Amino acid sequence: MAARVLACAPCHGAEGEGTRDVYFPRLAGKPAGYLYNQLIAFRDGRRKYPPMNYLLEFQTDDYLKKIAEYFASLRPAFPPPVPPVDSKEILARGEAIVKNGDPQHGIPPCSACHGPTLGGMEPGIPGLLGLRAAYISGQLGGWRYGTRTALAPDCMQVVASLLTEDDVKAVAAYLSSRPAPADPSFAPRGSLPMPLECGSEPH
Amino acid sequence: MSRTSTGLLVGLALALLPITALAQQKAADPAVVAKGEYLARAGDCIACHTAREGRTFAGGLPMKTPFGTLYTSNITPDPQTGIGTWTSDQFYQMMHSGRFPDGGLVYPAMPFASYTQVTREDSDAIYAYLRTVPPVRQLNKPHDLTFPFNNRSLILGWRTLFFREGEFKPDPTKSAEWNRGNYLVEGLGHCGMCHTPINALGGSKQSQAFEGGLIPMQNWYAPSLTSNKETGLGDWTIEEIVDYLRKGVSAKGAVYGPMAEVVYNSLQYLNDDDVRAMAVYLKGLAQGGPPEKASTSLPSAESSLLLSLGKSIYDRDCASCHGATGQGMPPDYPPLAGNQSIQMVSAVNPIRMVLNGGYPPGTSGNPMPHGMPPFAQKLSDDEVAAVVTYIRTAWGNRGEPVSARQANELRAATLN
Repeated sequence: MAARVLACAPCHGAEGEGTRDVYFPRLAGKPAGYLYNQLIAFRDGRRKYPPMNYLLEFQTDDYLKKIAEYFASLRPAFPPPVPPVDSKEILARGEAIVKNGDPQHGIPPCSACHGPTLGGMEPGIPGLLGLRAAYISGQLGGWRYGTRTALAPDCMQVVASLLTEDDVKAVAAYLSSRPAPADPSFAPRGSLPMPLECGSEPH
Repeated sequence: MSRTSTGLLVGLALALLPITALAQQKAADPAVVAKGEYLARAGDCIACHTAREGRTFAGGLPMKTPFGTLYTSNITPDPQTGIGTWTSDQFYQMMHSGRFPDGGLVYPAMPFASYTQVTREDSDAIYAYLRTVPPVRQLNKPHDLTFPFNNRSLILGWRTLFFREGEFKPDPTKSAEWNRGNYLVEGLGHCGMCHTPINALGGSKQSQAFEGGLIPMQNWYAPSLTSNKETGLGDWTIEEIVDYLRKGVSAKGAVYGPMAEVVYNSLQYLNDDDVRAMAVYLKGLAQGGPPEKASTSLPSAESSLLLSLGKSIYDRDCASCHGATGQGMPPDYPPLAGNQSIQMVSAVNPIRMVLNGGYPPGTSGNPMPHGMPPFAQKLSDDEVAAVVTYIRTAWGNRGEPVSARQANELRAATLN
């Protein structure tokens, strides 16, 4: 399988660990359902990034599933966390949103769905560690402006549109500053009571 | 309206309805429908008449042309928005003459200039099949063409210049296999739409049939299919052509660019006999003219610098799959030595493969293809030019050097 997906390596790393490019995400160890949903969305053009849309355009569901399972099964080391460049106040704001949300503005904590260790949950919720701030804020921005969508009901669109620019910056800064999790696996299906309905994580 | 005339109209309608209904019932023979489905695959109708994430055959796919954007039409049997009210005569008129039921002219992005060769029997089978697909109520989007191309009467001029109406006539001096291949390649396959060069008026240059050409708007070069040894299929065996068309990979090379779509949606579904017939016909195409000479070549000092840089990049980034001497490991890692698609006068394909990488299509014969990584983010324009120059000229390859400027221009090529 590694040889078949060599095309992914320049941007995502030979084992899906990510590369130095801050816009390309780690794939390894994310739940297969999440990776599969993204591969399908790229293939069919709903998630837009032309180099990905182009590479996947003529691949079958079966093959994309195998690719997703392959990267989900890998556990390469996490990159060392990036020393935060943002102020303590910003990091604290990010930590608060990640762990407790912002009840005043109806924002649920990230950990409610992505797990207390932020490792994600099977089948469709990704881990949030090992990603760079630029990627995280890029994705949250994409959801706010409608350029990234997930299966309806699109819970991430709801959450992202409640966040301010400063919230996005703070969440991205905090998440990208976190060290590798002690246990890099995701939570089992249905193990977390989710505060929102999500099309990509059917109950 | 008076009661009498209403009654008369209803009577007329009732008198007319059963005839249409009967005609349709007659067409619904399952064997004919299955044949029609197969032929619709051979014609690759789905590729254009289905939008991304859209309903099958409901149209709406934007097709960018040098003259503006066309939106493909709904060919499901929905009576209001599709072709549900068409008769098989009207369908044949569209395929054969490029005219709508009301006589209006069809834009030649619809390959009726090829489909005109389709027999009445095959057209009726496709018609019968299309009547069985789920109807989708979806209005056709109006085309977005620039002046003066938004004037449909211009199509008359195009037709006068480029359209020769007429069903396929077998050549009795040739084998049945050759004739079947001819029919599929020139008719439903509409291969010439890309593989015959296109002139400024959007017509095919028939004097250079199948000699290859740049596909407008896509920035991919459709290679020559003639028997020319340097640029065409001269060195390919029938078996290699069959593998390439059905599986998407072969000992000579893998399918990439727009051809991946054709194999994915169309050719992989054809039976071995038909693909073999196409290969036999293609092998029989005359050699065509000598390849055009490249219009620009680099000063030799510059190209020798490019070559040494190119070799070091090749050894570092390419040799592990394509081999130290470009021999590849077919079918998963195509050979580069002697590979026509690398040496063609136009260098857009090798430059784009280096920039964008690519996967051959997933097919039943090759369900889990190996992919080539993109290097756009890793290599500079100079490095892309160097490595492409190297593979175009090393190991006996006879391509021309390419410049950093050419590489740079193709970074902006539309990907998808």
